[in-house]
Amino acid sequence: MASNTNFEKYKSDGSLQGNLLEWFDARFPATSMWRGHLSEYYAPKNFNFWYFFGSLAMLVLVIQIVTGIFLVMHYKPDASLNDNGIPVAFASVEYIMRDVNWGWLIRYMHSTGASAFFIVVYLHMFRGMLYGSYRQPRELIWIFGTLIFLCLMAEAFMGYLLPWGQMSFWGAQVIVNLFSAIPLIGEPLSVWIRGDFVVGDATLNRFFSFHVIAVPLVLLGLIAAHILALHEVGSNNPDGVEIKKRKDVHGNPLDGIPFHPYYTVKDIVGVVVFLMVFSIIVFFAPEGGGYFLEYNNFLPADPLKTPPHIAPVWYFTPYYSLLRAMVWPLFGIDAKFWGVVLMGAGVVILAFLPWLDRSPVKSIRYRGPIYKTLLTLFVISFVLLGFLGTQPPSYAFFGFIPGAPVAQILTAFYFLFFLTMPWWSRIDKYKPEPDRVTM
Amino acid sequence: MSNECKVDGGRRRLVVATAAVGGVGAIAALVPFVSSMLPSERAKAAGAPVEVDIGSLEPGQMITVEWRGKPVWIINRTAQMLETLPKLDDSVADPKSDKNMQPEYCKNEARSIKPEIMVVVGICTHLGCSPSAKFKRGAEEGMDNAWLGGFLCPCHGSTFDFAGRVFKSKPAPDNLEVPKHMYLSDKRILIGEDKKGA
Repeated sequence: MASNTNFEKYKSDGSLQGNLLEWFDARFPATSMWRGHLSEYYAPKNFNFWYFFGSLAMLVLVIQIVTGIFLVMHYKPDASLNDNGIPVAFASVEYIMRDVNWGWLIRYMHSTGASAFFIVVYLHMFRGMLYGSYRQPRELIWIFGTLIFLCLMAEAFMGYLLPWGQMSFWGAQVIVNLFSAIPLIGEPLSVWIRGDFVVGDATLNRFFSFHVIAVPLVLLGLIAAHILALHEVGSNNPDGVEIKKRKDVHGNPLDGIPFHPYYTVKDIVGVVVFLMVFSIIVFFAPEGGGYFLEYNNFLPADPLKTPPHIAPVWYFTPYYSLLRAMVWPLFGIDAKFWGVVLMGAGVVILAFLPWLDRSPVKSIRYRGPIYKTLLTLFVISFVLLGFLGTQPPSYAFFGFIPGAPVAQILTAFYFLFFLTMPWWSRIDKYKPEPDRVTM
Repeated sequence: MSNECKVDGGRRRLVVATAAVGGVGAIAALVPFVSSMLPSERAKAAGAPVEVDIGSLEPGQMITVEWRGKPVWIINRTAQMLETLPKLDDSVADPKSDKNMQPEYCKNEARSIKPEIMVVVGICTHLGCSPSAKFKRGAEEGMDNAWLGGFLCPCHGSTFDFAGRVFKSKPAPDNLEVPKHMYLSDKRILIGEDKKGA
């Protein structure tokens, strides 16, 4: 917004006539960006608890980038064996944990940060489903968000290979082999991804490169797009009504308050609470009971021996369950290909939510019993799929309800929830939305 | 407004042609980068055949050797183990080894050159985990009572019999791969090469 820059105040040689800020503003949109995105970005006044998770995701991103920078100073992406017969990469992580000053803290912050990222992002996504934040005109924000989620999965997966433990190795082996399930191009594609015929040094080095620079760059770009799109259309709120419909004499939404200072200060409260929980985990339970750091990953990678039970880290397990649910070949193509398709579709289908949902209201507050019931069942089935994904395929609930068919039923429900949404979201009862937000 | 309609057709064609040529150049510039991610010459040169002495392999025992970065199992199968194979013909997906997962000389009931000595790549054909040996029967291995012994893949639960044949309705699509191999003498096996070459 060049009109805000008071350019006319300056001498023709550009020398300082006003203060330093004005000198900047004549050359860079500092004040106008500050206003547009913070001090005069009007957000609905009725944000609740669920609205912490967007800013917390930004905080975790900063934690991951800063700790990551310092980890790279000591980590070595090298699969060859050192004099003790230990892979160099694995030994360098042990070195960080034992010999680098405060290395244990920086590494635990990074490994806990990965899980925290997914906790925060899953809650952030659920908030969108609660209040219909993906609905028109915010479809693009939601699509950017889905892409961010995909990037985050790629980032987490490649980062998990770097310690070069047993779970790193076999996890990468399984996921890269997923691509070999694609008919015709699958086998050469998986060789191209690995850079070798097996997961090895070439794979480790390229995953390091992707994890440290390529994916984070894409991630930052997508986050910028996510926020720019949000600030273009304005935030949704727990009532799901548009605050821009009612404006005061200055043209500002009647139900809006400036993001800064009101929500910056509110978010600081969220940050403090988050950091308390985060610190407790980092200092007292960094392994997260084997869920944040899997015990098998404390063993160096052994290409000849798969651990007796391998499972991905918890945040991938719901999608891992979708993958395992498919055991029947279809149209003459192996079951494993369809498992891969299911897993991919499980993420991609999220992007279509804005068009699947045909309800006349956005927020769960004004939706009927069908949506409330199905969303509850969806959350339960997602958590159960996640749990089953951490268990071996032979798992049985209470020792007698076999887990595998349960996972298959839950997988069917996962997809039916989305695919039948155009129908049930239309026939559901709903209450009339209020004209303005409620507190 | 007045000059809006004056699109110079010749100039537009030149712009399109220039953009197209530039686009081809940009795509051509991708080639070295994409190609750099393929296995290097050094990676392709690795993978020499491996010679194994099986003189001390007792019946019922199994050893694992590394060939091309992959585990290769050599199992000295007992008579009881071999007896289970015909019984399982109806339970496995490819009983006659019709799919091309073994050299021609191993396309038989035992999927081996000598009936008792099994040589097989210990990588599940589903997603590449290495299955675990579950040689004992039924509950002793934590399997169901019908289990006659074989291999269980820990990742997604595919099961294989003593000839590496995959059971029906499991995620793995194919039997375990039998690599090319030959006997240099009675007790020495060369893995990765047969009489026809590597």
